[in-house]
Amino acid sequence: MKIEVNTHEKNMIRFAAEHSEVVVMSADLGSSCEVKKFRQVYPDRYLTMGIAEQNMCSWAAGMAREGYRPFLHTFAVFLYRRILDQLEMSVAYPNLPVVFVGFVPGITTPGGVTHQSINDVGVLRTVPNMTIFDIGDATEIEGVLDLAYECNGPVYIRMLRKEVPRLFPANEPMQFNRARVLSEGDDIVLLSSSICTEEAMRATAALKEKGVSVQHMHVSTLKPFTDPTIVEAINKSKYGVITIENHLDIGGLGTAVADIIAENGLGKRLVKIGLPGYPHGASKMYLMKKYGIDAMHLVEAVEELTGKKLGIQEDDLEKVRFVDFLEV
Amino acid sequence: MAEKKYSTEEVQKVANQIRKQILGVALQTGGCYLAQACSSAEIIASLYTKVMNLGPSVGNWEPIPFPGVPGPDNMDYQRGSAYNGAPAPDKDRFFVSCCHYASVIYSALAATGRISPNCMEKFNVDGWNMEMIGAEHSPGFENTAGSLGQTISIAGGTAHARKRRGDTGKCYVLLGDGELQEGQTWECIQAAGHYKLDNFIVVVDANDQQVEGKIADQMTEEPIVARFESFGATCVECNGHDIEAFCKAFETPHEGRPLVVIARTSGATGIKPLEKPRSMHFIRIGKDERDEFQKIYDAM
Repeated sequence: MKIEVNTHEKNMIRFAAEHSEVVVMSADLGSSCEVKKFRQVYPDRYLTMGIAEQNMCSWAAGMAREGYRPFLHTFAVFLYRRILDQLEMSVAYPNLPVVFVGFVPGITTPGGVTHQSINDVGVLRTVPNMTIFDIGDATEIEGVLDLAYECNGPVYIRMLRKEVPRLFPANEPMQFNRARVLSEGDDIVLLSSSICTEEAMRATAALKEKGVSVQHMHVSTLKPFTDPTIVEAINKSKYGVITIENHLDIGGLGTAVADIIAENGLGKRLVKIGLPGYPHGASKMYLMKKYGIDAMHLVEAVEELTGKKLGIQEDDLEKVRFVDFLEV
Repeated sequence: MAEKKYSTEEVQKVANQIRKQILGVALQTGGCYLAQACSSAEIIASLYTKVMNLGPSVGNWEPIPFPGVPGPDNMDYQRGSAYNGAPAPDKDRFFVSCCHYASVIYSALAATGRISPNCMEKFNVDGWNMEMIGAEHSPGFENTAGSLGQTISIAGGTAHARKRRGDTGKCYVLLGDGELQEGQTWECIQAAGHYKLDNFIVVVDANDQQVEGKIADQMTEEPIVARFESFGATCVECNGHDIEAFCKAFETPHEGRPLVVIARTSGATGIKPLEKPRSMHFIRIGKDERDEFQKIYDAM
């Protein structure tokens, strides 16, 4: 699997070249959010707002009212937890095209609980007018800004940085509100997002060898969540649905799926794999294992739904390269 | 609407009309934000008639039913800012942060010929755009300001955008003094100073009142002028009931810095019984006081 480096850094510059009204706003973390080079290329379009996220958010609303397209860059936690009221009243209520580019989502930072955005999707799914994208690979990083631009309203992106695998073909960009089918099958529907998709791909390869037929779909649009292909896949699954996400097990992908199972009367079992509570500061790999958002836990969920022991060992899953995130 | 030059006496008349109209609402409904009308009548009258350069209203002459919440399918609703004139590079913009002053703004629009003089009949009536607390769609309002500290930043961002674009018009924002306690206020002044936004004008109705009482008894703000200066603004204070002094404050040179005008006011101005100690945030007129207030109203 190819590992791409600093994809957003290049893409943000490319994107800004195509849209002159785009500005980047930073709350002193731009250099940690892959816009250091942007600042060199477009010094006049890089607005330093200081360590003052509340003002940055409402200020962006003022600029958006005048036709600018602000792209706020800082860590995801500071874009929803710290400034939720500003996000809602200054930006979301008037439906302004402000893009919140949130870095180090979930446990992709060893920075500890203050840096880990574990319930951002849950909180922001309840915000009217908001669109939410959760990035899974380098191809999606390359496509998400264009999708966000087309939304013409507030958008929250759970962005990945630095070394990110390319899981999907570069010429097949992400699509709005459409899951990406990674394997077809009808025993189990497996829905994964963010860094968990790579884990799920490791699991599905091993499951296939054991004869389990898995419909694996990667989800990158978390709001709206009305993709008919997901409803259709769940409807035809024999044993039920598993979700796995880099987020609390309440409010995110799993809960969104529970809603559509109930709303469409699909009557399928659902196993939600997500973080059980606040994590702590450690490496991504350690935290994924500790809190069970990993391939092994997925296999156990399949065993639970099918009622069959599969005899898959940890070693069987160690085929695909794992990228670790060591920096704060 | 032809551009009218107002004399100081005529501005005072507008202010008196605002005060009288709000007292009328208080008498009719048993209570309203009367002290805010009394403290800001001269400020708002002066802003609309002498200080700001606004185009004629392009809003509907009569109030309209609530035009709906903004969203992907509703972005062409009538904005409250339409009553401050169509946006143009050389025109000023007016943001109201203290949105519980909505009735005062509506009255000012009526007194300056920007909306029907009968508009207050729809004030706070269910289903209409003349709500008690102003939002995007309320006549005279640019934005939804009820969460304090945010509007100053929105106005700052707007001023920043307009300065980048080369507009010559200014962005005015009206604050109450209570919200100077919000941290975001100071984040904004810091940024406005950093970006040298001399097209950004902050007006504070310093009536020394917040919900729970006098400012100094809740959270000390003084020295207000020194605080604004140290955060990067040029700041002057004046008597907010003295129309000429208030208008002159805007002539203060402030090149490369935002200008903050602290208008010192009293919420009892023009209505003597309000000088007696009472809760000033939302004035309720008791049965035993009705005659006294009615007499003042009749004499206005």
